[in-house]
Amino acid sequence: MAEVDLIIIGAGPAGMSAAAVAARGGLQVLILDEQPHPGGQIYRNVAQNRCKRGFLGQAYAAGADLVDALDHPHITLLTGATVWRLDKGPQVTWSRGGKSQTTSAAHVLLATGAQERPVPFPGWTLPGVMPAGAAQILMKTAGMLPKDAVLAGSGPLLYLIAAQMIDAGSPPQALVETQTFAQMLGASQHLPRALFGLPTLLKGLSLIAKIRKAAVPRYTAGSGFHATTTENGKVEFFFRAKGRDQILTCDLLLTHQGVIPGTHITRAAGIAHKWNAAQGAFQPEHDLWGATDQPGLHVAGDGAGIGGADAAAAAGELAALNILCQSGQLSTDTRNQRAARARAALFRARAIRPFLDVAYPPPAEILSPTDETIVCRCEEVSAGVVRQAIREGAQGHRQIKTSLRCGMGPCQGRMCDATLRGLLSEGKASQPISPPRARSPIKPIALGELAALSPPQEEPA
Amino acid sequence: MQQRTQEITIIGGGLVGLSVALGLLMAGQRVRVLDGADSDARASQGNFGLIWGQGKGWDFAPYANWTMDALTAWPAFAQQLRDLSGIDVALDQPGGYEFFTDPTEFDAFKAELAQQAIHLGKRARYEMLSGDDLRSQMQGIGPDVVGASFSLYEGHVNPLRFLRALRCSVQTMGGHVRLGATVSAIRPQPKGGYALVLADGETLHTEQVVLCAGLGAATLARDLGFNTQVRPQLGELLITEKLGDRLPFLSSTIRQVDEGGVQIGGTKANAGLNDHETLPIMSKLAHHAVTVFPALADVRVVRAWGALRVMSPDGYPVYAKSSMHPGAFLVTCHSGVTLAPLHTSVLAEWILNTSATPELEAFDECRFALSHAA
Amino acid sequence: MNVASRFRTLPETGDRVQFTLDGAPASAPAGVTVAAALLAHSGAWTRQTVKGAGRTAYCMMGVCFDCLVEVDGTPNTQACMTLLREGMTVRRQTGLRDLNGGHCG
Repeated sequence: MAEVDLIIIGAGPAGMSAAAVAARGGLQVLILDEQPHPGGQIYRNVAQNRCKRGFLGQAYAAGADLVDALDHPHITLLTGATVWRLDKGPQVTWSRGGKSQTTSAAHVLLATGAQERPVPFPGWTLPGVMPAGAAQILMKTAGMLPKDAVLAGSGPLLYLIAAQMIDAGSPPQALVETQTFAQMLGASQHLPRALFGLPTLLKGLSLIAKIRKAAVPRYTAGSGFHATTTENGKVEFFFRAKGRDQILTCDLLLTHQGVIPGTHITRAAGIAHKWNAAQGAFQPEHDLWGATDQPGLHVAGDGAGIGGADAAAAAGELAALNILCQSGQLSTDTRNQRAARARAALFRARAIRPFLDVAYPPPAEILSPTDETIVCRCEEVSAGVVRQAIREGAQGHRQIKTSLRCGMGPCQGRMCDATLRGLLSEGKASQPISPPRARSPIKPIALGELAALSPPQEEPA
Repeated sequence: MQQRTQEITIIGGGLVGLSVALGLLMAGQRVRVLDGADSDARASQGNFGLIWGQGKGWDFAPYANWTMDALTAWPAFAQQLRDLSGIDVALDQPGGYEFFTDPTEFDAFKAELAQQAIHLGKRARYEMLSGDDLRSQMQGIGPDVVGASFSLYEGHVNPLRFLRALRCSVQTMGGHVRLGATVSAIRPQPKGGYALVLADGETLHTEQVVLCAGLGAATLARDLGFNTQVRPQLGELLITEKLGDRLPFLSSTIRQVDEGGVQIGGTKANAGLNDHETLPIMSKLAHHAVTVFPALADVRVVRAWGALRVMSPDGYPVYAKSSMHPGAFLVTCHSGVTLAPLHTSVLAEWILNTSATPELEAFDECRFALSHAA
Repeated sequence: MNVASRFRTLPETGDRVQFTLDGAPASAPAGVTVAAALLAHSGAWTRQTVKGAGRTAYCMMGVCFDCLVEVDGTPNTQACMTLLREGMTVRRQTGLRDLNGGHCG
């Protein structure tokens, strides 16, 4: 492989945007993405959907431009490539086609994006319950639409998915939202700032209007979620709204409580993280250019802090400009000049965040679910058992992990870390909880593949 | 906060501290355990769960025999823990193997075991097997294994359930375990007893103190007039996805836990308090596993980590009574699992200096002064 | 349990891929993941946990590991991260995997 100046992990909007800027600036770029096509999650399969699935909307379709910009002699894009370790150097260890190798570069940009915030409630592990984002992935990658779904939770993605389903001819049976009027009222103080992102605000309103026009029933201030399945596999969704208990029977219960940065790789890389109280999630610490406290490691996109696709693309551009500067391709002044547009775009894209964060917070019952709720899906450990371990003396993620195995399954805590933090924080108003430790391999790797990385002969003693 | 004087305070709530606490509680003492923070080094959290004797003390007879005493005491000890805590630590003592791919290493270990057997006399139970013999006895062993040793008493427990069982047993016996109570200094009092200064500024008083703080014991040992310096030794481990069928062997480097995952480890490195896993060692461990048992090649590693052993200067336990300060004791070792039955029984006699006190002078820290002088 | 798929698939032109699911023939559009194919095929569980709980693919993006199935003899394969190929043998998993491929109940 030709010498690489910049390795970008993740081909979502941040990674793609950064790649184009870096390549045009003269750097040799290697992009590694574990999915079969570039686009990340927000633009999943966008290049494959150019002439079909128009119900996904214009904003989605526009992502194809970012994919097209990857067609550049300085960019090598490898899909189906899973990064599982970062070392100082920096050096990236990755797996593709059952074989692992290491690649070094002066700079690595971690643009690995976000994941859905886990939404635990009794019954969330049953067949027929999925995150709303998963249904959207199926729309984008397989042209599959829910037959009869209820959308439950909060946040703008619910409205987007509902609108896409309506346009595709499979409207949701109902929307059960958890935000309360008081929360919306409290968020209104952030509306003036949100006006800087007026197009986004208007888009949100138009989605809501579409949902209203389609006469999809909407509940707000929903709570007390739990689900069971019937003999023939239907999902019974129980909740409380409008002052009484409600039941909806459906094929698919699609839940959503916002997205959170996927910090497994950034934690495993040793980057310092901080708790973003407004967003209720950990994120890697970085400056405005995405540089971190680890030499050669940069972050951009939702993996660095939730901001959405436009913010991610802008942040990717800023990171690439900074890397070009650090690589000697740009002076600081030129970097700053060129960055003006992206910085303005970033500001506008982020303007709506404070409003959204306050209007659609994850409810307490999701952060600290009832005792019977499974918290660790891999090891099937319930919240009650975790609370018992905390009473017995487990004071942090590590001790819960070692006594109950939460986080020891293949997902390595991705589905339970957030909930464990909520349980550990119960009754402790101000006690800071450190982010849990993440170690390599950040995705499972076969022993044979790992063994093949070592030199064939032992060195003579 | 009440400052009632306890009879004995144990500093350190890991395997060693809890075992010692349990022993003293069973001997009728009032015991308090002060444990540190979740983020402390906590060697016990990384323990492999092995109950192992092969080669131990091959050049130091007291340790060879002390270890053998522990191995034979384990079944009764496991039962005792079950009775006290209700927790089954999943003790399994099927005998264990060490596998060799290098003939020189195989021969060297054979000599060590022979020497160890001299110390153990009639109690020694081991055999050496050639690679071919091993392959004829056991399906699935790889062609590059040149030989193995097998010893009858080796076994393992579920390490984290064991820690919980100890903690629960201590509580059942009326011991008080205080968490997040890192001790930053120990001040011997002129009229006897000790003031324990906690990191948060609180001071507790105790009549006797047993220091079982592992890697956290450096300054505290000196406060009590001990000279022993322990150092951390890094062992890296891999753990795989769970398997439904069982490996046909137990080895100190490859061991299947009761829930089904395979642990692979056994390396030693000096890296200070850095417990980061390293790529070359991860790969080497994987290479060892698939060489010994090729069917493991498509089994996935779900995590790798490093754990710190508590190593005394010669690697053997230290059981020391402070000559300067009566009522102060130092207990440290890196085989907290293997030796637990003795820490819970005869060590209590030693601390209380009863008529049944064992002969433990060989493990006193003055042996380091002697070797320095020599 | 025979549970109908919870999804309907848009009629789109394109090739179809033939595969087997627990020995029985099945098909799906070309270019989809094994997880999508399984969800299009049925709404029933595709793996059972150690405690016997039925699970299906959940996050569809490689994070949750609930979509584990046996693909061409390799157990614990993430169906959502595996593109369906012609002739693939897919088996649902019950309980833990075995050493030499396959799984035990």
